[in-house]
Amino acid sequence: MSRLLPLFGFLLLVGLFGFGIWWNTQHDQNEVPSPLINKPAPAFVLPLLDDPTRTVSKASLLGKPYLLNVFASWCFACGEEHPTLMAEGSQLGVMLLGYDYKDAPDDAKNWLREHGNPYRMVVADRPGRTAIDFGVYGAPESFLIDAKGVIRYKHIGPITPEVITKELKPAIAALQKESP
Amino acid sequence: MLFGTRDRRSALARDALVNGGRARASRASALLRLLLVAMVVFAGVAHSQAIQPLPFKNRAEKVRFQHLTSQLRCLVCQNETIADSNAELARDLRLDVFQQMQQGRSDKQIKQYLVARYSDFVLYDPPLQADTLLLWFGPLLILLAGAAVVVIAIRRRSRDAGTTAQVPAGQAPTDNEDDW
Repeated sequence: MSRLLPLFGFLLLVGLFGFGIWWNTQHDQNEVPSPLINKPAPAFVLPLLDDPTRTVSKASLLGKPYLLNVFASWCFACGEEHPTLMAEGSQLGVMLLGYDYKDAPDDAKNWLREHGNPYRMVVADRPGRTAIDFGVYGAPESFLIDAKGVIRYKHIGPITPEVITKELKPAIAALQKESP
Repeated sequence: MLFGTRDRRSALARDALVNGGRARASRASALLRLLLVAMVVFAGVAHSQAIQPLPFKNRAEKVRFQHLTSQLRCLVCQNETIADSNAELARDLRLDVFQQMQQGRSDKQIKQYLVARYSDFVLYDPPLQADTLLLWFGPLLILLAGAAVVVIAIRRRSRDAGTTAQVPAGQAPTDNEDDW
């Protein structure tokens, strides 16, 4: 029996490493889970992309849930995500708020003209200060914010049809259940 | 240092004006000196901007800033500190840290501010708390387990040696299986 112990030890290690490899294929290792989930979204006041003289604030958006989608014209993965937002954005049941991150306004406008604009409104954060408050560290990122201004769900990386059916829709359904 | 050099340049310029009427040769040499000093000054400016454009009040503040930013992880590159990283976000965070230092916030407060937005992951040194106990003391546990195995093996072997000695001649020890 104890002659077999080293073999068992070896098999245990193989199992551990195998689990590690499997585990790392199941999720994005670079993803940093946000500590802001189920916490109030940071207060913000940001100018509209189309009309910088007008601003949108957290307070002005209270009362209805919305999906804040961080994008930028320089962001490659946003181009991957965009067709999904164009196709399904209007059927989500929440307002889609574009958040143009560290972008030149003209580049962003051209980008939206070229690829289509799925957003009800687009706010611009050129210096990226508000994005730090949101814990944004890249684009695309998406925040589902409820009627009370609480962040309920965050997705890091492009939104795909799979993400919508598996994660976003259930999260939105949960919001609608509590405040019809 | 920079201001010192600038003062010297303006002193030289004044010098050149005062002596200007005397001789062309001295004016030419003054101009040459002016040009040389200007080159040194502007080279210095370009150099300092490429590396660190932040206006520190004194050396202690600079050292504190460098110490603090080298303990914070860049969320984009993840294996670089925000002191080292060239990523845009790291630049924004450096500026943020600097501004908070100007506002008189302590290192601890600045770290808490970043942890609230980017989770403990932003700290290079993981804090000692309930969910990091295994991380901190796991290696110690493994070391203790190894030590236990060694102690048990040695005890068993010396016990076997003891019994073997007491076994009357002609009888071979039966418990050979531990001999791995």
